[in-house]
Amino acid sequence: MKIKLTVNGKKYQRDASETKNLLHFLREDLGLTGTKEGCGAGECGACTVIMNGKTVNSCLILAVEADGCEIQTIEGEAKDGKLTVLQQAFHKNHAVQCGFCTPGMIMSARVLLEATSKPTVEQIKEAIEGNFCRCTGYQQIIEAVQDASGQLKKKEGLKRA
Amino acid sequence: MPVVGKSMPRKDALDKLRGLSRYIDDYNFSDILHVTTVRSPHAYGRLNGVDKSAAEKMAGVVGVITADQVPGKNSVPLVFDDEPFLAQGYVRFHGEPVALVVAESYEVAQAAAALVKLDIEPLKPVLGIRESIEESAPKIYGNDNVFSRYNVEKGNAEEAMKSAAHVFEQEYETPYQEHAYLETNGVIAVPGNEGTMTVYGTMQCPFYVHDAVAQALGRERNQVKIVQTTTGGGFGGKEDFPSLVAGHAAIVAQLFNRPAKLIYKREEDIIASSKRHPGLIKMKIGTDDKGKITAALIDYYVDGGAYATLTPIVLWRGTVHALGPYECDHVHIKSWGVATNKVPCGAYRGFGSPQVIFAGESMMDEIATELNIDPVEIRRINCYKVGSSTATSQIIDQSCGLMETLEKASEKADWAEKWQRPEQRSGVMRKGVGVSTVYYGVGLGAGGKHLDRVGTSMTIMKDGSVHCAIGNVEMGQGARTVLAQIAADALGAPYELVNVVEADTSLVPDSGPTVASRTTFMSGNSLMLAAEQLRPRLLQVAADLLGAPVIDEVELVDGKAFLKSQPEGKQIGFRELAEKLYAYRLMPSAFGWFIAPDSSYDKETGQGNAYFVYSYCTNIAEVEVDMETGEYRVTRITSAHDMGKAINPQQVEGQIEGGTLQGMGYATMEEIRHDADGRMLNNAFATYILPTTEDTPELDPIIVEHAYDRGPYGAKGFGEVPLMGVAPAIANAIYNATGVRIRRLPIKPEKILGLDK
Ligand code: FES
Ligand code: FES
Repeated sequence: MKIKLTVNGKKYQRDASETKNLLHFLREDLGLTGTKEGCGAGECGACTVIMNGKTVNSCLILAVEADGCEIQTIEGEAKDGKLTVLQQAFHKNHAVQCGFCTPGMIMSARVLLEATSKPTVEQIKEAIEGNFCRCTGYQQIIEAVQDASGQLKKKEGLKRA
Repeated sequence: MPVVGKSMPRKDALDKLRGLSRYIDDYNFSDILHVTTVRSPHAYGRLNGVDKSAAEKMAGVVGVITADQVPGKNSVPLVFDDEPFLAQGYVRFHGEPVALVVAESYEVAQAAAALVKLDIEPLKPVLGIRESIEESAPKIYGNDNVFSRYNVEKGNAEEAMKSAAHVFEQEYETPYQEHAYLETNGVIAVPGNEGTMTVYGTMQCPFYVHDAVAQALGRERNQVKIVQTTTGGGFGGKEDFPSLVAGHAAIVAQLFNRPAKLIYKREEDIIASSKRHPGLIKMKIGTDDKGKITAALIDYYVDGGAYATLTPIVLWRGTVHALGPYECDHVHIKSWGVATNKVPCGAYRGFGSPQVIFAGESMMDEIATELNIDPVEIRRINCYKVGSSTATSQIIDQSCGLMETLEKASEKADWAEKWQRPEQRSGVMRKGVGVSTVYYGVGLGAGGKHLDRVGTSMTIMKDGSVHCAIGNVEMGQGARTVLAQIAADALGAPYELVNVVEADTSLVPDSGPTVASRTTFMSGNSLMLAAEQLRPRLLQVAADLLGAPVIDEVELVDGKAFLKSQPEGKQIGFRELAEKLYAYRLMPSAFGWFIAPDSSYDKETGQGNAYFVYSYCTNIAEVEVDMETGEYRVTRITSAHDMGKAINPQQVEGQIEGGTLQGMGYATMEEIRHDADGRMLNNAFATYILPTTEDTPELDPIIVEHAYDRGPYGAKGFGEVPLMGVAPAIANAIYNATGVRIRRLPIKPEKILGLDK
């Protein structure tokens, strides 16, 4: 089936098989491999993209269902090659280790920050609850989102250079 | 400014943040074949045949490969080499690879796999430790189902137990743990000219994969090259298993002379890849009236699964560490790694230690309770200090910050305020605190010392950028960053110009595995050895340019050379030094080869210097329990760690936090379940439950630095330690809140309510 969609501001028109999910469509047909597959079953959030302003697990959506939709992926986060404040905060707060959860994490945090400029820790936790991270223990990710929204208090007592 | 000790930003973060880092599934080659694996549906059975005909007829299928087609030797090289690449004669666990289906697309390969018919005559499987060690058990390995056994004997524990004032005896059990690295296993094998093969993939131990691919193909090592791709987590799970996956893809690539891609789905990754060994620990501890340990008898069993893989070395580490960081003159530890018809267990962060730590640290809490001593105090009484003698009679001669971690953690967590006996607590919602103390040998120790050496190849490029090829990998833990910091300072180069690249077996000789918290120490030292050779050449150039008669008069730090006598005077930048280095025709490369400090081990008594140095930690967990439902929350975990020197404090904190949450998962929710026939039941993220943000307690990392004189800038290594003692700290906190002792992980509400013993 022919589908039309906008990804990261760019319009695409492609043939998509009825059985292909959006994740594989983005990765294989559009070459946007930044979005990751961690489980293929809607459990891990590694495949999170933004569809019409909302986060979705792209492994659970058929490519044909995205016909006519506006999609944002990790590749569209930085603008004109410049990292967004959110990406910079992840960098600064060591919110990236193996990095496999990072694209999905950034997408979830992006939608949160669009809706809530100063989210509480509880809201941050809720927004990224569907994104597994096996490396960080989430704390530095939560701190990064706090930092991106200008609310990171310096941790007391911690040894920082 | 030198960069060691500073929280430098990660070298790999920017690409990861942009979605540009390429993990194995992000690569493609033209003319590529796709591979899926046909697996045994039975835990144990005789494999009489494989009917490939229907699958091979399917359009798009290129072939179906079975054991008889392995070009080289059908065994994965490791310790005993007992695991085949593809099952032959027997299948020994549910999920064992039997055949490889090769097709033009992944979808076709998968569809065809369903058409491969396995003729298996099921046999009665052996499914647990207790069952396997029964005299009457069917023999599935050797004549006693034991892969390996160890004995550690110091003094005379049996005698000393008789005269102990108090004797405590208990059994503890620990479950499987799945690594759940977010990126599943995967490789691409690409055949080249003259019988060469290059394998790209996600892995921890490229040199193991190198051995495996050469063996599977029957090729020389110089015909095989392994290139590690950006790796989405390992935690031990990518130590041995990628050897098998790479072997599979390489066999296909060689047989069809086309690139072959093999990427695991999550379900098959969980069903087939190694896990943390389930453990059974029987402890008998004698003490005096004040709580000082006087005798220890420990029996430790691990469930190795169907093949030995890493069990012999996992067991050795656990055996040596079984008593915990406590002085005792009379110790007898015996251990067994037993065979069962389940997935082979291997390395997982802690490597045979978390099991015995759960037992030992729970036991310490039980002793403290019985003798009415504060659990922190009983550790003060028994813990290692400089000068202590371990269970293997090794004298801890330096770098022992255990007591400081205990004091700092208990102070930060407000232990004295929060701890009270469970009988003093009341109400439906009850709080509790629990403590654990841990020690951990860094590196491969006496058990693996033949592998404990690491190479580095360091080249100063003509533009002043520095290229470092190392023998360990970055798998997310931050090695490339920390090692670049060490290399930069050792050389005097600016951090920005130093790049430590991902591992490639053609760049450095076999440097052993990336495990055992050894990378910072081993590769760090190896980089320093290389830098030591290059530095005099840079200084020679600088001395010449600055007009100094001898190089001793020149300083080179952070990319600037100047006369020591005139620190504010003329400076020469690193790029200029590099350019002149080439113009002077001085050798711009150096090779570092670091051999681990010595360790020793007596086979009969288990006595000796088991590891060259140890890292230490104290965890304090706080919980809140609903006495009516048994539901509980872990509210905070304070962890103080002595890793010698924090080369990058922010990354150290990241390791502590991440490891602590993995330890919390182990304690509270993670377990693998099998049915009565040995089939794994929960090989998916929907059913193997992992901690999310909603479970995450407040994590409070504390850095303690007792430098090790042989470490790079004093660093030891500690990446595994944050996970290891979390489970008993939580179990002890549950006891402290409720008076209920949990001796079998994970801690489920039913167990707290006493409904599931
Ligand atoms: S890959 Fe989509 S949720 Fe895991
Ligand atoms: S950084 Fe590895 S899974 Fe999150």
